[in-house]
Amino acid sequence: MKGLLTSALIALIFLLPALNEQCVLAGTGPDYGDTIIVGSIGDASILIPMLATDATSHEIAGLIFNGLVKYDGDLNLVGDLAKGWEISEDGLVITFHLRRGVKWEDGVEFTSADCLFGFNLITDPKTPTAYAGDFKEVEKAEAPDPYTFRVRYKEPFAPALSSWGNLVVLPKHILEGKDITKTDFGRHPVGLGPYRLKEWKTQERIVLEFNPTYFEGRPYLDRYVMRIIPDPATMFLELKSGGLDWMGLNPIQYKRQTNTRFFRENFKKYRYLSFSYTYLGYNLRDPLFKDRRVRQAISYAIDKEEIVRGVLLGLGVPATGPYKPDAWYYNPNVRRYPYDPERARALLKEAGWADHDGDGWLDKAGRRFTFTVITNQGNALRDRTAQIIQWRLKQVGIEMKIRTIEWTAFINDFIDKRRFQAVILGWTLGQDPDIYDIWHSSKTGPKELNFIGYKNPEVDRLLIEGRHTFDREKRKRIYWRIQEILAEDQPYTFLYVPMSLPIIHKRFRGIEPAPAGISYNFIRWWVPKNEQKYIMP
Amino acid sequence: MEIITFIAKKLLWLIPTFFGITVISFTVMHLAPGEPMALQANFNPKMTPEMRERLRRAYGLDKPLYVQYARWLKGLVTFDLGRSFSPDRRPVWDKIKERLPVTLLINCLSMLLIIVVSVPLGVAAAVRHNSPFDHITTVLVYLGYAAPSFWLALLAMILFGIKLEWLPISGLHSLMGYSAMSTMEKVMDWARHLVLPVTVSAVGGLAGLSRYMKSSMLEVLRQDYILTARAKGLPENRVIYRHALRNALLPLITILGLSVPGLIGGSVIFESLFAIPGVGQLMWSSVMARDYPVLMGNLVIVAVLTLLGNLLADIGYALADPRVRKGIEGEQ
Repeated sequence: MKGLLTSALIALIFLLPALNEQCVLAGTGPDYGDTIIVGSIGDASILIPMLATDATSHEIAGLIFNGLVKYDGDLNLVGDLAKGWEISEDGLVITFHLRRGVKWEDGVEFTSADCLFGFNLITDPKTPTAYAGDFKEVEKAEAPDPYTFRVRYKEPFAPALSSWGNLVVLPKHILEGKDITKTDFGRHPVGLGPYRLKEWKTQERIVLEFNPTYFEGRPYLDRYVMRIIPDPATMFLELKSGGLDWMGLNPIQYKRQTNTRFFRENFKKYRYLSFSYTYLGYNLRDPLFKDRRVRQAISYAIDKEEIVRGVLLGLGVPATGPYKPDAWYYNPNVRRYPYDPERARALLKEAGWADHDGDGWLDKAGRRFTFTVITNQGNALRDRTAQIIQWRLKQVGIEMKIRTIEWTAFINDFIDKRRFQAVILGWTLGQDPDIYDIWHSSKTGPKELNFIGYKNPEVDRLLIEGRHTFDREKRKRIYWRIQEILAEDQPYTFLYVPMSLPIIHKRFRGIEPAPAGISYNFIRWWVPKNEQKYIMP
Repeated sequence: MEIITFIAKKLLWLIPTFFGITVISFTVMHLAPGEPMALQANFNPKMTPEMRERLRRAYGLDKPLYVQYARWLKGLVTFDLGRSFSPDRRPVWDKIKERLPVTLLINCLSMLLIIVVSVPLGVAAAVRHNSPFDHITTVLVYLGYAAPSFWLALLAMILFGIKLEWLPISGLHSLMGYSAMSTMEKVMDWARHLVLPVTVSAVGGLAGLSRYMKSSMLEVLRQDYILTARAKGLPENRVIYRHALRNALLPLITILGLSVPGLIGGSVIFESLFAIPGVGQLMWSSVMARDYPVLMGNLVIVAVLTLLGNLLADIGYALADPRVRKGIEGEQ
């Protein structure tokens, strides 16, 4: 626990001089003003964090609401609305000490009653939220005084701390006694974050304006405007014509289409590893994939570097396990599977697969090695990945067929019913290393996420231990071991971690890519007065 | 008098047709794999089975299909389309209402453009049948018809938006400084934004209507009364625009009637490309999310309009063409 706070402090100490330095270089301090126009493919649906399930809603709500804690640029949990917190010796009780004097948009002070209200709401069976899971572990929540909020857990639960983000802080004085599903609060939220909702035109744009009384100091940029442009090609043209300041690029746009003088003069491109990875998962109930040597052989037969080059144009890295390489819990020393077709053939032979009849395909007991991989429709990257794998596997004598299926049918008729042999999919990662839901053997039931049916007693034990351990070093050791086992077992062939590729107009200063991405310090972005584009009356 | 019974009869027929449509849509919709909570619940590690059940109950999905339909129907009778299944839980009518005007505006403008261009084009092609003009225009309108509209739209955006910088690329009006504009400036701003979407969506429709117009005109020009008109020594213009065109326009009524539902249908492709917040996008996303109430709401509106369009076409035809009117009277 102490480790967390100290590192947060250190991060702060390093951040501050860095900011100052930049200001000195520019000759002046950061200026206030200007607007950033962001392109988004989808509209937000509702601006109540606990009810929202889409990324856009969370992005906007994240600027309007704060949580008790948040992640900083280096993925450390730091205080947000809570100045600090204590965890009891036994790990069961967390006590948050809240900031004083933080005001909701309507001037009412934020207190622990708001946290308690939010907690009661999210655990209320009538609230249609998708996030109640973490809060079910809470035995009791209480607000002993306006600036203290205390929660007691049934058993130590390490991911608990991070769950106290902005899901559960809502203005009690406005929402109490109302039916959360029927209020218009989700369209007209009253928050306490750096920005306030000014205008929301469905499927058109969302306009946020700075909060002058924000407790961390008002953000430098006056406005944040999100334009909803569903078509990626149009969005790129808008960027080119000057209608957008910030959008996410795809690898081709990043590598080729933005390599012109216009873009070099007006924009700056960033790249950092995204919180996701793509994998080839095997249905471990299928006799074909029961043998670990077969899975290892397939991993050797696939050239991950080639997929990164071919599919991501080099804008990503090969994955070695279920985490991205710049996270503190990533283990760089696990067994790797470089492209090695000879080794693949040898392993397959050991497992009894060889080309006995000389037709070019491997066979065993008269049956050819053939399987079908399924993936969801509309994801070109996964399609191309599948084709490259198909070609590589053919070279070692394995026949792989590819089938793409519309998302809902894909989930309902194939994944949920376990009617698949292998699958190409991706996982989005959280900031916490807990991956219990994906790998624990108790999570193989219908609709649960360990749909490949992975069972390993040691991993099961470690996953539970990881959830009960708060000490970062100890946790790290636990998750390092899990990564070693997964690398050995190869229940997935971990393929690649793609990069996020944002492009942002050059006039914005203060952007500092970190493992958390770039938006963690958004409220400290600024534009020098003489470069400001949108001057507000 | 006869015309009134004719309309009343047609109207009565609409009721069972309408309910047939809703029953079939409701059933087919529920046959598609997946459920409304799928987007929220699938692959969400925080989603527990109890929560899933709770959501199902909240949406009324735990009841048998006929109960769900009865419930929906009960709402419909009181003009309540229910609430959306998406996380915002807004009333369906609110969601559709805020998108209708834009879609109507664009579709009407584009329909108007199609008529204004293809009627004269069709007439001219009929009069100059088999001339180079006829052939060239035929090729051109078919090119417009065959070219994928998203491709045309992107080319137009690149040309007019980026290379020439004459027109904005997407959206309905300027983002910055719009509120400070005078009414006239606002209208101009909208007009500039609408040029591309309206034109591009009209291009694909030219072929159909102008060819229809042409063949109908050719048909009329072969009639005896045209010969008579010419024999009377009437000037050619008068023959064509007075005598021929009026009759040739008759089939157009049917086509226009049939295109009424299309006016609110909206097109996903266009709306996505030009970032227009219309009905098409709403429909598309509710299909993807299995948002049954919004889907049904949309279907009801389209169904009503289709039926009304058919009815209007029938009536319009009856009013315009004495032969049809006679036919009705003959039936009596």
